Amino acid sequence: MEMKKKYFTIILLFLFSSAISQEIEVIDISQMESIIHEETGKTKIINFWATWCKPCVEEIPYFEALNSNPEFEDFEIILVSLDFVEQLDSKVRKFVEKKELTLTIKLLDDTDYNSWINKIDPTWSGAIPATLVVNNSYGKRKFFEKQFTEQELENELLEFKDQL
Amino acid sequence: MKTALIIISIIFITPMIDREEITGYNIGDYATDFSLKNIDGEMVSLSDFSEAKGYIISFTCNTCPYSVLYEQRIIDLDKKYASKGYPVIAINPNDPSKNSDESFEKMVAKAKQSNYPFPYLVDETQATTRAYGATNTPHMYVLQKDKDKYKVMYIGTIDNNPKDPEKVTKFYIDDAMNEILSGEEVKLSKTKAVGCGIKWKSSS
Repeated sequence: MEMKKKYFTIILLFLFSSAISQEIEVIDISQMESIIHEETGKTKIINFWATWCKPCVEEIPYFEALNSNPEFEDFEIILVSLDFVEQLDSKVRKFVEKKELTLTIKLLDDTDYNSWINKIDPTWSGAIPATLVVNNSYGKRKFFEKQFTEQELENELLEFKDQL
Repeated sequence: MKTALIIISIIFITPMIDREEITGYNIGDYATDFSLKNIDGEMVSLSDFSEAKGYIISFTCNTCPYSVLYEQRIIDLDKKYASKGYPVIAINPNDPSKNSDESFEKMVAKAKQSNYPFPYLVDETQATTRAYGATNTPHMYVLQKDKDKYKVMYIGTIDNNPKDPEKVTKFYIDDAMNEILSGEEVKLSKTKAVGCGIKWKSSS
């Protein structure tokens, strides 16, 4: 009986943890704006990507590495997928599981791009990868429409770190 | 003749490559002509189309999912507006060394397979793409002929739903073309869309 309970707990835990790691919230543009503007005390790194975007996929490991780097624990990283919502399971979830990503992942479901691109940043052309780094506590934000190398990314973030 | 054209285009286009900040064209600017290789091997320039009143330039490519989704709609634009004096000219801006499916041979195959009614040009130096300021694919520019110059009338995307042409509610290029053809001002002359970033050559 004891044994059975133990197994049951393990199975439950396993199910629970795998459910957490696979959670990808589908959001709209107003939720996206709240995430950008919400004051959390942390510096937010919001990366716009898609599974079909090769340079995006290439830089994701750098964000994943930052996520587990204690030096960057004051940063909050959010990957925002611009894949179509119909491909949430077939493309996005599959990719996240394959790469074993622990990052927070959301899918922004709005293909009327011209209606919201400027709300993220007026300088953004719409090309991805693109990354917004923002700290609302001291009103600093920087927008990058480029693919980072690991070194470039760390250097840019250090600029935010110095002010913490 | 071909060599001469290439030399001339290199002389005129090279200074643009050195520009530090590439801002590209804005509405009302005059676009420079180009001489780019078509899929049939011939060089194509805007000045070749003596009957044209303008052009719908489409920076697009073989593989970008958005280019693929919009391919038929770009063909339809040519069907709709070439007869009204505004043919489509497609330009592939991508460096094929970044993706072999963007090679000239693959462009030839793509145009044949999808039966492109318009030229599909390769911007080998990427100088034209830089001069226009295109950033992603597909990226559209509507030009209007003004004597021997080409005035930029519209920059941006085709419509507001890449996923499903049936669910489009804003027809940006159609609206701009209707306004241009009736001699009105283009009300919404600049739009943005998510697309694939252009694959630039590493050296530039």
